[in-house]
Order: sequence, then structure tokens, then C-alpha cells
Amino acid sequence: MTVTTTRPARPPQLMAALRRVTGDEKHAPAAISTLDVLWVLYDRVLRVDPDRADDPDRDRFLLSKGHGPAAFYAVLATTGFIPLDWLDDLAGPDSRLGHHPDRMLVPGVEISSGSLGHGLPIAVGTALGLRAQGLTRPHVYVLVGDAELDEGSNHEAIAYAGATGLDNLTVVVVDNQSATHGWPGGIGVRFAANGWAASTVDGRDHEELAAALPVRWPGRPSVVVARVEPYGQE
Amino acid sequence: MRDTFIRTTGALLDDDPRTAVVIADISAAQFAAVARAHPDRFINVGIREQLMVSVAGGLALTGLRPYVHSYAPFLVDRAYEQIKLDLDHQGVGAVLVSIGASYDASEEGRTHQSPGDVALIDSLDGAWTVHVPGHPDEVPRLLREAATHDDPVYVRLSSQTNTTGYPDATGLRVLRRGRAATVVAVGPMLDPVLAATEGLDVTVAYTHTPRPFDTAGLRAAAGETAATGDAVVLVEPYLAGTSARVVADALADRPHRLLSLGVTRTDLRRYGTPADHQRWHGLDPVALRQKLTEFAGPRL
Repeated sequence: MTVTTTRPARPPQLMAALRRVTGDEKHAPAAISTLDVLWVLYDRVLRVDPDRADDPDRDRFLLSKGHGPAAFYAVLATTGFIPLDWLDDLAGPDSRLGHHPDRMLVPGVEISSGSLGHGLPIAVGTALGLRAQGLTRPHVYVLVGDAELDEGSNHEAIAYAGATGLDNLTVVVVDNQSATHGWPGGIGVRFAANGWAASTVDGRDHEELAAALPVRWPGRPSVVVARVEPYGQE
Repeated sequence: MRDTFIRTTGALLDDDPRTAVVIADISAAQFAAVARAHPDRFINVGIREQLMVSVAGGLALTGLRPYVHSYAPFLVDRAYEQIKLDLDHQGVGAVLVSIGASYDASEEGRTHQSPGDVALIDSLDGAWTVHVPGHPDEVPRLLREAATHDDPVYVRLSSQTNTTGYPDATGLRVLRRGRAATVVAVGPMLDPVLAATEGLDVTVAYTHTPRPFDTAGLRAAAGETAATGDAVVLVEPYLAGTSARVVADALADRPHRLLSLGVTRTDLRRYGTPADHQRWHGLDPVALRQKLTEFAGPRL
């Protein structure tokens, strides 16, 4: 038996969209740490629909790491949430797309982010709110960066969600090893200490991501650590 | 006021499936029965005030109406960025209900005091309503009204209370009429103001809702005293001058003078009683009367 490991192709329309945001740089777009996680989420995991962007029964995806949102905007345009031509005017005076996304300006954006350490705590509230209203189908995903975990507010959320078994919540940590003081023992261990179900995958491997992201653990929140090239060595 | 808040909020959770309560251990014992009755909509996150406010933002994003409660310095000062970003910037609201006010916890020291809370709320989006009730009877209606919409509301409860409640004093309610000045008392400042102005020829107006400030009511009340230009005295139970901007804007087209009294910016580093702090900040009837007389003197 031959096992072939291939990097699944990122669709050409996604890369074209990304080049429209970034100004057609040759190397930068493919190196964006969140690109593959975002694409796999929207292409294969999330139950979201641009025609029913306010459906109470939709999954929620919260981009906490709001800086460098080029890949997010490209994915939203490729999946039909925003017009492609919005991508041509990033952060212009009349643009709806800034360097940090604003949910009041961009369809499909669940939270306005930028200041780090807010997405995961809000996601805890969203997960609780869905549960309190008997909405059991929607799942809440939140993407954070490994360096973003430095913010103490995340640890309030990790401890509480673990203690209360918030199992409609999945955190994806895109780990490009950019935390100044690192995470001794690994990021998954940090979550597991509070009772989370933790897995670690190759953040560039679409099959691994697609297999790990939908996994549910009854009575436990989940974290998927998606490892990519170390920051600065892409 | 805290007891009234807990009773009213518990009843709201019973009556309105859209409401939720989020706390961070403060008042957990008093809420125990409510927590048992509503395990899904009563949320105690532990001693995590940032999370408390962020959770409220998340709840509101799913369509719920969260009531968020803690001591004022932990709810507003500590979690300010969460209020700014996880409520305001997300375009959602909540009902923040604090206790402790400026110096209810006089014996606890600076850490448990928040004279700057209303000023901090004032730095946010103009959509905020701020209630500073002066009597427990004013509290239930304010809390119930807040459940009927999604806008942001701050309710500042205090153990300092007036003898009489005026539940309808959302706008300025004129309690005395005079000619030399218009004295506006906010919340628990009413009783000290009434004592300080006894026998003086001034108008005394009261409100438990400084935001939005009843500017029309102020213009009407001040106009009656404006023989030589409006003379207005603000007496607020939080940082002095917090509403000066609002009054200045309201009277921008008229000659006026304004004296803004309230809690000073000094960290007293003293304990004692709330009455001591009131005196040290110059908000007791004797000090108020002296300042008022100096300000409006020639006309009194």
C-alpha cells in the first residue's frame, strides 16, 4: 500500500481572492497562518449559509485573532458572504473591510475583533446563550493564536468552560510558536488541565483538520491545536 | 437596594425567558434560590469579572438580555475594555447593575470604591442609560423597563438612600422652587441637598437617571431662576463634574454659571463610615450649604 501525503490544493478562486486583498504579493498569502484552518472550516465543517447569515440555528465561527484578516476576508468572499470587489479596497475610507473585522460592517462576521483575548470569552457566552435557548444543533468555534493565549482573559474562559463542561464549544489554536514565553508542555496540556478534550494536528493538512474539527466530546469543550510553520520561518 | 434588585431580577427570570443573570461570585449567596430555579439563565462564572462581561456579550449576541452584577469597581473599572468591546463594539447591550458606589464600602478602602464608574460609562457610546436610584422603591421599575429593549443600561445601586423615593423621576423632578439657583441632586445626594438648602431661595430638582440627562427639564427649571443668567449647581454621588459637559451643552446658548459638586479625585486613604467620606469629600449638608451660598450668595 502506498500512502501519499499531499498538501490538498487550496482552490484557485480562494488564492485569487487572497491576492486581491494582499495586493498580489507572491509569497505572503500562502504563508498566512490561518489560511488552511479557515478554508477547511468554511468549506467542510461549519453549518453556515450566506443566504441565511442570521439563522439562529447556524454554527458560530468567532475569529478572535482579528489581526491579519486577509485570509478571513478571502474565505468570506469565496464562500459568498461578501462581494469579491470589497477585497480591492482594504481599509480605505469607504471600505467595510479594515485591518480588524467589524461585525456591524461585514456580513458573516460574528464578532468584531482586534484587541486580543476577547473572542474566547465571548464564545463562552454564545455557547451558554444557545444552550439556554434549547438550540442544540449549533456549535461554536473560535480561532485564537498561540501568542494570543498570553492574554489572561482567555484563561478565565478556559477554566470556566472546562469546569462547566461546555461541550458546544471548540477552540482552534493556530500555533505558529509566536508566544514570547512559549507554552511549556504544549498548548493542549494547558486546556486539558481544565478538562478540555485536546488534539493537535498539522494546521496545513486539510484532511487532518477536517477530521479533527468536527469531533465532539460529550460534557467537555474541545481544543484543536493547529500547528503551522514558526512565525518568521514561513 | 441589593435585596430589591435580587427580588426583582429573580422575578424577571421567572417572567421573561429572554432574561439572564451573570455574576462573578458577588451576591451568589443571595441569589442561591434564583440559581436553583434557573440553572441555564443564571450564570456564576466565579471570580472572573472580565469573563462575566464577555459572557454577557455572547449571551446578547444570541438574543438574550443579560443582567450583569458585581461590585462597581470590579464590574466597571476592572472590566472596562470588555464593556467597551464585548458589548458596545459588538453592537449589543446588557444591563449592568453595580453595588458599592463611591464609598459604601468605606471600611474596605480604595479597592472597593468606584467614584469614576459613571465617567467611564460616559466615555462609551451615547446610547447608554444610567440610573442612580436614591431609594429602593425606585429600583424595580428601572430594572423591569430595562428588560423591554436591547440598549445598554447601567444601574448604580448604593446603600446610601434618601428618605423618600421618586420612582417617576426619570426626568428632573422639581421638589422646591426658588429664584437664586437651580440645584440638581442625583440619586442619594437628594437628602443632603434638601438639608443643605433648607430656607434658601433655590430650586431643587431631583433625578435618578442622569443619562440621558433631562436637558429640557433643566432648561425649563433653570429658566425660571435666570434673572441674571442661569445659575446651576450639580450635586452628584460620583466624580465631581461628570455631568458638567451635559449641562454646558444644554445651556450653551444661554449665559450661565455652573458649580459641579461630587466626589473628589483624591484617594483619601482613610476608612471610617460612608458619612465620614461624604464629609471628607465636602458633600455633607454643612459643606454643601457653604459652597452653595458662596456660589449664589448675592442672590440668596
